[in-house]
Amino acid sequence: MAAPKAVSDRISMSPQIEACSAVSAFRVSVNTQEARSKRQQKASPTKARDGIADTHPLGVGKDRTLQAQRLLSHPPQSLHLVAPVWNGGTRGISGLSRVVAPKGNQKKGRSLLQFLADRFYDVEALRDHLLRKRVSKVHQKNRPFNHINQRYGPYVAGAYFILKQGGAVRFQGREWSRPNQRGHFSLDFLKLQAVPVEAVDASGCAINYQGLDSLLALKELQSLWLQRCPHVDDWCLSRLHPLASSLQELSLAGCPRVSERGLACLHHLWNLRRLDISDLPAVSSPGLTRILVEEMLPSCEVLGADWAQDLKLGPEEQPRDTAGPTPA
Amino acid sequence: MSEIKKKIRSILPGGDWNPLYDTSYLPPESSDVVIVGGGVLGLSVAYWLKKLEKPRGAIRVLVVERDHTYSRASTVLSVGGIRQQFSVPENVQLSIFSIDFLRNINEYLAVADDPPLDIQFNPSGYLLLASEKGAAIMENNVKVQRQEGAKVCLMSPEQLRNKFPWINTEGVALASYGMEHEGWFDPWCLLQGLRRKVQSMGVLFCRGEVTRFVSSSNLMKTASGEEVNLKRIHEVHVKIDQSLEYQPVECAIVINAAGAWSGQVAELAGIGKGPPGTLQGTKLPVELRKRYVYLWHCPQGPGLETPFVIDPSGTYFRREGLGHNYLGGCSPTEEEEPDPGNLEVDHDFFQDRVWPPLAQRVPAFETLKVRSAWAGYYDYNTFDQNGVVGPHPLVINMYFATGFSGHGLQQAPAVGRAVAEMVLEGHFQTINLSSFLFSRFYSGEKVQEHNII
Repeated sequence: MAAPKAVSDRISMSPQIEACSAVSAFRVSVNTQEARSKRQQKASPTKARDGIADTHPLGVGKDRTLQAQRLLSHPPQSLHLVAPVWNGGTRGISGLSRVVAPKGNQKKGRSLLQFLADRFYDVEALRDHLLRKRVSKVHQKNRPFNHINQRYGPYVAGAYFILKQGGAVRFQGREWSRPNQRGHFSLDFLKLQAVPVEAVDASGCAINYQGLDSLLALKELQSLWLQRCPHVDDWCLSRLHPLASSLQELSLAGCPRVSERGLACLHHLWNLRRLDISDLPAVSSPGLTRILVEEMLPSCEVLGADWAQDLKLGPEEQPRDTAGPTPA
Repeated sequence: MSEIKKKIRSILPGGDWNPLYDTSYLPPESSDVVIVGGGVLGLSVAYWLKKLEKPRGAIRVLVVERDHTYSRASTVLSVGGIRQQFSVPENVQLSIFSIDFLRNINEYLAVADDPPLDIQFNPSGYLLLASEKGAAIMENNVKVQRQEGAKVCLMSPEQLRNKFPWINTEGVALASYGMEHEGWFDPWCLLQGLRRKVQSMGVLFCRGEVTRFVSSSNLMKTASGEEVNLKRIHEVHVKIDQSLEYQPVECAIVINAAGAWSGQVAELAGIGKGPPGTLQGTKLPVELRKRYVYLWHCPQGPGLETPFVIDPSGTYFRREGLGHNYLGGCSPTEEEEPDPGNLEVDHDFFQDRVWPPLAQRVPAFETLKVRSAWAGYYDYNTFDQNGVVGPHPLVINMYFATGFSGHGLQQAPAVGRAVAEMVLEGHFQTINLSSFLFSRFYSGEKVQEHNII
């Protein structure tokens, strides 16, 4: 596993670097005086780039960047076993590159990368924070609307939940209600407290395991479309059994997290007449899965992958090799 | 501080400068918590210790595992099932928390830049069958399970035949079927996920074997005037693999999560050395027991909807994959317990003890072909087949997390959290496992489970 090694390498490298910068028995360090003189030797061919270096807003940082890059690309010619010259100012990792004296590539992108690499833990905390914000956004979208449930009943609460997510709802005896392009929808379904919801189109919505609470309260739901929902997975499918007596149509096409393990718990839905399991990327063998699901739900029409696509050609049907006659 | 002072400090004892040879393969010389055993229970305790500690980075944890390939560990040889259908309420609560943990595993065990974990959970549920005699017990159990929040339904033989036409319901009076949160998953993935996360949290690993505990004793008087000899473990001697070298690790707390070998580790700590019938003489009753698992192929067998079926005779099987393969086995009775010295498989056991009840229950299994088999150990608690959790009353800094007799994997996340709470706070906070403490072996209060496979 290369990735975890990289992380642990990074974590374990820092105390070593710190140890290097502190005291150690055999130490290799580059005399900064010497490095500066070497830089001046190479000054002439890079005069133009030096100009950029001087005017860079991160003037000192640029210097350190160049130093670090130069050391990496050209190892110093003579290594001294000397006591470290403490040029005062190495504060942990970020100051370390000032001790070594490189000079090299002066692209702007490199310096931004070096800037971020110097602040590794801050960047990691920021990424962690952004990820957690994304996760909490999905949680927020799937929160239960208890006050609407208490006041208007489960059908209206479920419909509100779906419409808020961007899906469409159809009450019994009425037309589809959808939000418009800007996400706004009319609230005139609030008076339909006793009218059951018959069909829900939650395609593309960020509905997840928690959000199914609102859907499962719709006891007369006949048709449920969960196409391309990014957070619907096997756990969600195992929750659908309370709708078994009414659900007749279910569509899971394009859900990236649904696999054959979740499809195995659809056998609770004995009233199901149409099931769409096409284009499920997490299913390992789509053709075989479709056959097994058809066997599991005998009275249901299953739309799925073509079962023949998994079959390999037999030996007599292999395309002939046109290279030449087989050797005797 | 000047460099000279730093250098002197690193040379003096306690620093990590060793110019003579590289000692990085040795465990550290001191560690706050030493966890003996790096299986799923040990890693779960390490994870929760690092997660619940205040402030962050306060506790140094060392996990000692002698089998780094996990070739004999119960975790990876397990069938991987998880169910809430227990009769003891604490077991149901442990399983409920564990399944929540598994569902949100990518929130708990996320490591930066690593791919998310896929434990391949099959939510197909458990189907427990009961004969006439067991029907009343099963109804009671289901009531307890429903009270704790498990989603279990009872089925009559008629309903069973409708739902699963491949079952022969002769002799079955009642069946309980877990509708949600039950099934099976990949234990190796959970183990690797825990290991990766725990390493990223800073837990140290050592490949070695614990050979000795150095402890000190204190003769103290209890409130009622009795004299008790309280022991405290100061050092753990960790012997390095395939070498005579050992490292004494100073520790404050030792956690015994050695699975099937926990009894031997407890003996090293002096638990059970005393006159029988006293608290000093009460051993940890966890032993190795060998169990076989067989994988067979049956083309006419049950289809995709097959749950984890447990027969009244104790035989069990579940579907494995999409190719009509099934995993199953049976727990032997006390008289026919196989010798746990090695992990060799006895194929006659399948012929004599597993196949007949299977073929009787599922007629399609009359024609099956065994593809492969393996054996694994149960950390079998001979007292009441339920786990031991919490500190020892006399060896005050040894905590147990072992003895689950076949359902350790499914309760590991919750047990890890309970032990971490016990270590950090001194009492159980979320799930009250006081009935699983060691002292029940002395007082004789059995926590008997009626549903063990």
